[in-house]
Amino acid sequence: MTRRSIALATAAGAAAILAVVMHAPRLRAQPAPPLPVHQVPVSKNGGTVVMLCDGKTSVEVKGLKPGESMPHAQAVEIARQLMAQWQREHPSEKWEMAQQEHQTDQSPQPVPAPSAASGAGTAAAKPTGAKLQSKGTQQGDTYASFTDRDYKVWKNETDNFVAQGNQLFHDGAAVGGTIGVSCDMCHPDGSNTHPETYPKYQVQLQRVALLRDMIDWCIENPLKGKALDPNDTRLRALEAYILAQRKGVALDYGKH
Amino acid sequence: MAARHKSVETKYMEDRDAALRGLRGLDRRTFLKVLAATTGAVMAKSLMPPHSFQLVEVANAAPDKTAGAAGMAGKPPFTFAYISDSHLYQRTLNQRFVRAVARAVDDVNALDPQPDFVLFGGDLAQLGRREELDLGMQLLAEVKAPVKMMVGEHDWFYDMGDAWQEMFGPPNYSFDWKGVHVVVLMSVHEKDFWTARKMTPAERMHTVAGLDNGIQSRFEVGDDERKWLAADLAKVPHTTPLLVFSHSPLYKYYRNWNFWTDDAEQVQAILKPYQHVTVIHGHTHQMLYNQIGNISFYGMLSTAWPWPYAPTGLPPLTIQMNRADPFDQFDGLGDGRINVRADGLADKIYSLWDRNPVTVKADYLVSHGKIARPPAPQFASY
Repeated sequence: MTRRSIALATAAGAAAILAVVMHAPRLRAQPAPPLPVHQVPVSKNGGTVVMLCDGKTSVEVKGLKPGESMPHAQAVEIARQLMAQWQREHPSEKWEMAQQEHQTDQSPQPVPAPSAASGAGTAAAKPTGAKLQSKGTQQGDTYASFTDRDYKVWKNETDNFVAQGNQLFHDGAAVGGTIGVSCDMCHPDGSNTHPETYPKYQVQLQRVALLRDMIDWCIENPLKGKALDPNDTRLRALEAYILAQRKGVALDYGKH
Repeated sequence: MAARHKSVETKYMEDRDAALRGLRGLDRRTFLKVLAATTGAVMAKSLMPPHSFQLVEVANAAPDKTAGAAGMAGKPPFTFAYISDSHLYQRTLNQRFVRAVARAVDDVNALDPQPDFVLFGGDLAQLGRREELDLGMQLLAEVKAPVKMMVGEHDWFYDMGDAWQEMFGPPNYSFDWKGVHVVVLMSVHEKDFWTARKMTPAERMHTVAGLDNGIQSRFEVGDDERKWLAADLAKVPHTTPLLVFSHSPLYKYYRNWNFWTDDAEQVQAILKPYQHVTVIHGHTHQMLYNQIGNISFYGMLSTAWPWPYAPTGLPPLTIQMNRADPFDQFDGLGDGRINVRADGLADKIYSLWDRNPVTVKADYLVSHGKIARPPAPQFASY
């Protein structure tokens, strides 16, 4: 993530949306990349190696054969060992500092929630690397240890994916259409795609349909293309765009 | 998926065909009886049009004495039909939209009595190419009644109207017809958004062709044409009914999709002194009607694809048409007919393909919805 794209993500209003659209790389026909798989080392002594979710830290449980489970107390002890080992190897990680600060009551002042009254001055003063942990806040796990910068990165990633879906939605050939027709021609701004109503019984298909079934139906019929594989990045991006257009609309599955 | 799951329509038609195949051994009398029953069953499911065109009352409304147009006294009413928004690509690329225009042409040719003329409501082409316009001209040449052409933005922004004007003449013109003054406008001018962006003609056209493409400008009739309109009307008495054709609605419905004319109020002001004004517009691909002061507005159906209603700005008098069935290429599409009555008002018949026609009477609009309410839809747009 470059500094520039962070800046883009933080820019306000239409300019930011436009920038994201323009910088979004074009999607080609390809399956979504596989999710990462942790390579757990093989046990040297016939036991079982247990790995932390960081994909690196591991300990071996001697005498535990693959497929066997261990007593609860032993499992707790293994988890403790894993965390202890991780903490030794990462003495300066922020979440740990946050935990210490919390314990010693030295946390920074809570960041005020943005409001109409707080104005631009407050927003500018907000430290970008600030910890989200503060006094009076519970210790959390995954999201609790991330900063504002992380959230901006994630938002940018998500917006980019939606922007790629936006491009595909407006380019029939890019999703395999053969007669010049594109999704937006019948569904400007994604209207009448009503993703919030799926799953529902689609009488014309005589089965319960998901949004992706209807996307594929449109690609096959009005666009005269071939249905996309459920794992095709383009189908995923189209879904992302359509859902993004209905942000805030209440889910109402089964509605006709 | 389509190969694995047949649509209901396909299944019914297959069942019907199978039933009919089994009848070959029957005598003719029994065969016809079963055929009628089978067809009836299919029609009862609304899978076949009862009849594309049913003759609906022509000029049957009682004259409105309070607003009677003196200029129309003793003048006969007349009927015209329309075909609009065909969005043709080159024939080799897209047969789907070609079939639709052919269907509309068959419809208007089947009208009895024949309409006085057929208005083409704009967007003959999809990307403004000469080949697309040529194809459209060939298809419309099959229409028996005289065809009056109006231009749409899809016809214009590739070469800024060169090919269209070469084929069809000036985009704005007027004529008198049986006591009514008819004006055809070019309402889809846009302010220059392309030069500064160094767009090619194809990029400019593609931008305008995208309904939700916010880069383009808003439609407008423009200063020059408004002056032309005022001058054209200067010689027309205020008692003469006006019939105005514009591609974009001459009012403000939904800006983001250019369901909009930026100088609509100024155009309305020019039309205001007239007792009866009917504006017929294309572009919105849906049943749409509105009343502003003395002006009744009707949107035309498209032959290419239907558009959902915009999220905001729908005129309060418009009763939405049923949401289109995406599994039926022709649903939510069609053509139509307008009966200009003896009093100068116009009743509108939406000839929806594969559905019953819907009549919207002038009385409904001029009474601001108090009488003659058209039927309500079962399913509104999302």
